[in-house]
Amino acid sequence: MLKKVRILIVGFGVIGRGVARSISEKREFINGKYGIDFELVGIGEREGSIVCEKGIDPMEACMLKSLNEHPHWKEGAKAIDIIKGVDADIVIEATPTNIDTGEPGMSHMMAAFETKKHVVTSNKGPLTVAYTRLKKAAEENDIKFMFEASVGGAMPVLNMVRGTLQANEILGIEGILNGTCNYILTRMMTEGLPYEHVLSEAQELGIAESDPTYDVEGIDTACKLVILANSIFDMDISYKDVSVTGITNITSEALKLAYDDGYVIKLVGEIQNNNKPAVAPHLVPKDHPLAVGGTLNIISIRTDLAGEITVTGKGAGAVETSSSILSDLISIANEIP
Amino acid sequence: MRVTMDLELKDIPGQLVLALRPISELGGNIVSVTHHREKKTPRGLIPVQIAFEIDEARVDTLVSRLKDDGVVIAQIGRDRLRERAVVILVGHIVHSDIRDTIDQIDGTGYAEVNDLAMAMPGIEQYSSARLIISAIGKKELSNAMELLRNIAHEKGLLLIERVKTEVS
Repeated sequence: MLKKVRILIVGFGVIGRGVARSISEKREFINGKYGIDFELVGIGEREGSIVCEKGIDPMEACMLKSLNEHPHWKEGAKAIDIIKGVDADIVIEATPTNIDTGEPGMSHMMAAFETKKHVVTSNKGPLTVAYTRLKKAAEENDIKFMFEASVGGAMPVLNMVRGTLQANEILGIEGILNGTCNYILTRMMTEGLPYEHVLSEAQELGIAESDPTYDVEGIDTACKLVILANSIFDMDISYKDVSVTGITNITSEALKLAYDDGYVIKLVGEIQNNNKPAVAPHLVPKDHPLAVGGTLNIISIRTDLAGEITVTGKGAGAVETSSSILSDLISIANEIP
Repeated sequence: MRVTMDLELKDIPGQLVLALRPISELGGNIVSVTHHREKKTPRGLIPVQIAFEIDEARVDTLVSRLKDDGVVIAQIGRDRLRERAVVILVGHIVHSDIRDTIDQIDGTGYAEVNDLAMAMPGIEQYSSARLIISAIGKKELSNAMELLRNIAHEKGLLLIERVKTEVS
């Protein structure tokens, strides 16, 4: 007997579409292995929404050039209204990250909690702006709130600490949490090219945004540290509590001087012994586990029992991120009676 | 600091203990002892090599106590600056007075800039430098790094330090 779990996807950009695609492609696998059938009953976007209580074919929605071509499209129907109004079990919040206000994700999540819907998200905005408030609201409404995809894309971090490492005290965290910066520094070093040159190359390849500030100034890494600090170290901090230095002033000469002495330079985010979390370029010995290249992410977690645990993987990408989102979805679905 | 000593001991019982006891009594931590019983020095004594960590201020006391006890010290090696850190600086390094930066570190008395490599691609562009800083102990190195952080902050230089975790 399959357990039907109704889901809403709010925000149908790269991540939202990636999740819809993976739900479609992994349907049989999830049916067979977990006895769970995810039924997509709504998609919320900025200009309107699709609602169909009998189920939307996720692949069909992905293939549309624009969502308004869908027969159930309702122009002007607000995402927040479908979150409140549609009968669903889980809301996947995948709207763009806004680290100043957390909106619109913040209101979406609060609306989901108030109407007793579990929330899975990749959206760093609300988590960075108001983690404690969200967590409290979820608890008060007895609702599950999971966000593995918000830190390190496909890399398991939060669930690994909460689950597999639960007997450990976490002493410190050190990692490369932004693939764009890692790509730029790796290319600058291997090719001896200046920062501006590699940045424009990365933009051409779609690895860096046209406005790269968020990545290269270390803001994205800092947001991930805020999430780690609040959820793993039980701190109550926001972006302004992180010391942040980006990579824009790194020269190819600096990379060469470091390399000649056995080091590479990486943008590292760290939280040590409850100190102020910090993002800054660091020297990493070439044979150190953190010395991963390309767009890879990596995180090293220092624990009291297990010692050092290091995980590496793809930190971005629609399919990779959907791995973390689906993992959260299955965890919650398993607990729904 | 780390000290190595080549000692020569008489071939009678109790001599090794006689040589090691003052080190521990003065708070030293013995790292290695090699005792060459099969060899004899030209003076007919047994060569012993020891290495230990000890407070720099106590080395002279140790030497005189060993001499008083009749232990022959053939050689002393003092590895004064044994903690080392590599850093990279980026910015207007020369114009912000690199000499002053080095003098401030050297002026501590417990740390020194041992090595400096620089690249200056153009007058208007940022320079990059690799500095190796050595200090007499871990605590002193950490103090020197804190000093360097302050200097870099004041002079508007980007300081790149090593990650904290060690390679296992």
